[in-house]
Amino acid sequence: MNRAKPEPVQVIKERRDKALRVLAGGIPYAHFLGVLFDRRGDELTAVLPFDEKLIGNPFLPALHGGVTSAFLEITAIIELSWSMLWEEMETGKLDPRVLDAEHLPRLPKTIDFTVDYLRSGLPRDAYARARVNRSGRRYASVHVEAWQDNRNRIFAQATGHFLIPARAKPE
Amino acid sequence: MTDKSSAQRFIEAIPHARALGMQLEEIGDGRAVISMPYDARFVGDPATGVISGGVVSALMDTCCGAAVLSYPGARGTATLDLRIDYMRAARPGQRIIARAECYHATRSVAFVRASAHDEDTAREDGLPVATVTAAFTMEAGASARALAEGEAQPGGQKPGAQTGGAA
Repeated sequence: MNRAKPEPVQVIKERRDKALRVLAGGIPYAHFLGVLFDRRGDELTAVLPFDEKLIGNPFLPALHGGVTSAFLEITAIIELSWSMLWEEMETGKLDPRVLDAEHLPRLPKTIDFTVDYLRSGLPRDAYARARVNRSGRRYASVHVEAWQDNRNRIFAQATGHFLIPARAKPE
Repeated sequence: MTDKSSAQRFIEAIPHARALGMQLEEIGDGRAVISMPYDARFVGDPATGVISGGVVSALMDTCCGAAVLSYPGARGTATLDLRIDYMRAARPGQRIIARAECYHATRSVAFVRASAHDEDTAREDGLPVATVTAAFTMEAGASARALAEGEAQPGGQKPGAQTGGAA
């Protein structure tokens, strides 16, 4: 018996990139802030390109604390959704070809979010990565870190708890 | 006395607050009220049209910062940590109103709590959309230092303590 030929890498990439695009592109506020996602395998890095409208203190100048918080929260929500989507996508439970805004799994809801401001955000690009520390059937705990020039100099971190939406039955 | 224009200028000077359409309703003595309109660009979940949690965070952070700055003697501030609890979804289409109170300040730290309501529960006793507890840095001028050291409160001017006008 012949083993199934592995999928061409381009097909795999296209499928994953499309799923990420639909997922992250569906949040109007993320679009307003200009948040982008960079993918290496299943690892996501959120990117927040600097923009004048993100400033909270024009005298320093520094990023608005609320922008930092929103950036971290969006990163956490996308990472959590992505980790759930990834499994379904890779096991074939979910067909990304039919994935669009209407067929997207519901986003997790934030229960609480605690932000630790370590340094003021500089007027330049910011990056963030989230880690799902625990994801059960209903609740998830996610930690997220953000940095700017140096990966080792985190300027903000946060931990949040999320309510995982009940999944619709597969058709 | 109301001096809405100068209070509003405080908000207008913050690019992100202006970008979100924030409006300063009241400010003085360590308390601030700031509202912002519903805007489809700020939605967090397109399936429901509910405003993003991040937007509520930004509004609350601004409101808390304003409350700290209006504390007698405060010169400057920055967020140290902020915890937000989301009790319920804000009703799509409605304004969100944040109220913050700096309930204690030392020479270097300000403690703040805040809540956000939509128009359904605009009254303070209704169930908030979200609540916040936060710690801010306190860059104190002379009077705040004197206050923290237990001296009598100087009767002079309090920076930023003017009322921002009727809500």
